[in-house]
Amino acid sequence: MKQKLLYIFGIPLTIALFFVLGCGKRKTSITLAGSTAFQPFAEKLAEQYMATHPEVNITVQGGGSALGIQSALSGTADIGMADLVHLPPEAKALHATVVAKDGISVIVHPNNSVNNLTLDQVRDIFNGIIRNWKEVGGIDHSITVVSREAGSGTRSSFEEIVGNIHLTEDAIVQDSNGTIRETVANDPYAIGYISHGMINERVKAVRINEIPCTVEEILKGRYILVRPIFFLTQTEPKGEIAQFIEYILSEEGQNTIQTSGLIPVK
Amino acid sequence: MRFFGEKGVQHLLRLVAFSALFGLLLIAIFIFQEGLPIILKLGLKHFLFAVHWEPQSGQFGIFPMLIASLWVTFGAMIVGAPLGIAGAIFLVEFVPRSVMRIIKPIIELLAGIPSVVFGFIGVMVLAPFIREHFGGSGLSILSASIILGTMILPTVMSISIDSIMAVPYSYREGSFALGATRWQTVHMVVLKAARSGIIASIILGMGRAIGETMAVIMIAGNAVKIPHSVLDSVRTLTANIALEMGYATGMHRQALFATGVILFVVIMILNSIANVLIKAKVSPKK
Repeated sequence: MKQKLLYIFGIPLTIALFFVLGCGKRKTSITLAGSTAFQPFAEKLAEQYMATHPEVNITVQGGGSALGIQSALSGTADIGMADLVHLPPEAKALHATVVAKDGISVIVHPNNSVNNLTLDQVRDIFNGIIRNWKEVGGIDHSITVVSREAGSGTRSSFEEIVGNIHLTEDAIVQDSNGTIRETVANDPYAIGYISHGMINERVKAVRINEIPCTVEEILKGRYILVRPIFFLTQTEPKGEIAQFIEYILSEEGQNTIQTSGLIPVK
Repeated sequence: MRFFGEKGVQHLLRLVAFSALFGLLLIAIFIFQEGLPIILKLGLKHFLFAVHWEPQSGQFGIFPMLIASLWVTFGAMIVGAPLGIAGAIFLVEFVPRSVMRIIKPIIELLAGIPSVVFGFIGVMVLAPFIREHFGGSGLSILSASIILGTMILPTVMSISIDSIMAVPYSYREGSFALGATRWQTVHMVVLKAARSGIIASIILGMGRAIGETMAVIMIAGNAVKIPHSVLDSVRTLTANIALEMGYATGMHRQALFATGVILFVVIMILNSIANVLIKAKVSPKK
């Protein structure tokens, strides 16, 4: 009887003790959430930071820029990530730090013969006015328009910069930069837009008004599809959070950002 | 273990047993509490039949998604039901039991494959195939129907197998004694006797097809519009909730919960019909 009692109370007690001891190490944890465009880069930066700061544990979540703003407001994330041209009014209460800039590339399948589009052509394609590749100098086949979902920062930045977009209802909707890239890579007649840092050999970025989407052109200010990436915090960043943001803004952090294909702010 | 006592254990088990029911109740209350206000505000008819879903400009009409869900589910039925039932008939009536005991678990294994894997195969293999041979973007009702039809196959098949096997052997003997061939026996006697179970299997499959989310998001293309052909891309009710829940606030969020209410009601109705049919014993009437 006594032995059984020991089991009944002993096991939960051991488990509880385990948790208490686990907390004893006092690892500070920072949670980031939001922009799927910046998510892979935030993960990379977090990894580098954690390598030199083992006492900090950084978790990076996606969800889109709207979620980034919301979770920073509600406090579910310490840092909300948002990639918008202008922050919406509800984000005014938050403290925003620009950590990088990012170009938006208009992408097509590598076999597509179209290499350049004017901004007006891009607008007409996404509005469903131009529906065939031959109207913009390509082959005679209908265009598959691929867009992001409505809460996406990439989408709202894209629509704001291009201007007057009322997305065609035929547009296919995908919920991350990665799935847009895969959709376009798999469909020779598709067109989409993703973060410049996400471009790989499976898709081709077209020139906009004859200007290619490259880091140099963005730094010169000639490529126009560019938006800042904000880190949003409830108050002025303090302690470990401030240190992490400082690290990203440091030369090392900005170098990582540039080598990954984003545009440094400094 | 006299520590708890007979009664104590009994109460404990009862509590655990009711916890599942309690969970369901909580979910139902929560969904209805969040979703009903907007349905009442817009009016059920308007919410169900308005054709514009533009949350940014305050337009919440789920009609395109409702149609999409029905199309995709119907398509999945056309693919999954005949295959499932035919497979069940073959396995029970035309193959030795020992072979069936090997094949049936393999088919049931299909039910264990995660839906994201089905979606992945759909995007990588099926969508390009449909784009090349039928046109459109490939992410369409057709591809979603084929993938979903495959996903519900194990459900339809294993319940059909059970209900066909439940038909007493004396029925078949009677039929053979009258000089009927094997096929005549199957479609005139066995299928009629197992009818309710087979219909139940189709309805349960339908429930799965309507509720499936991940595979559909990956393969249906998610365009909000009323489809004109099976090659058009569509967004189902479930895909709409999953795609937009992450950032929805206020009215938009309520509208998504209301979409959940509609789904909840539809699936409840389908499952109740299936339950009634499964309970209905194999009937001796023709």
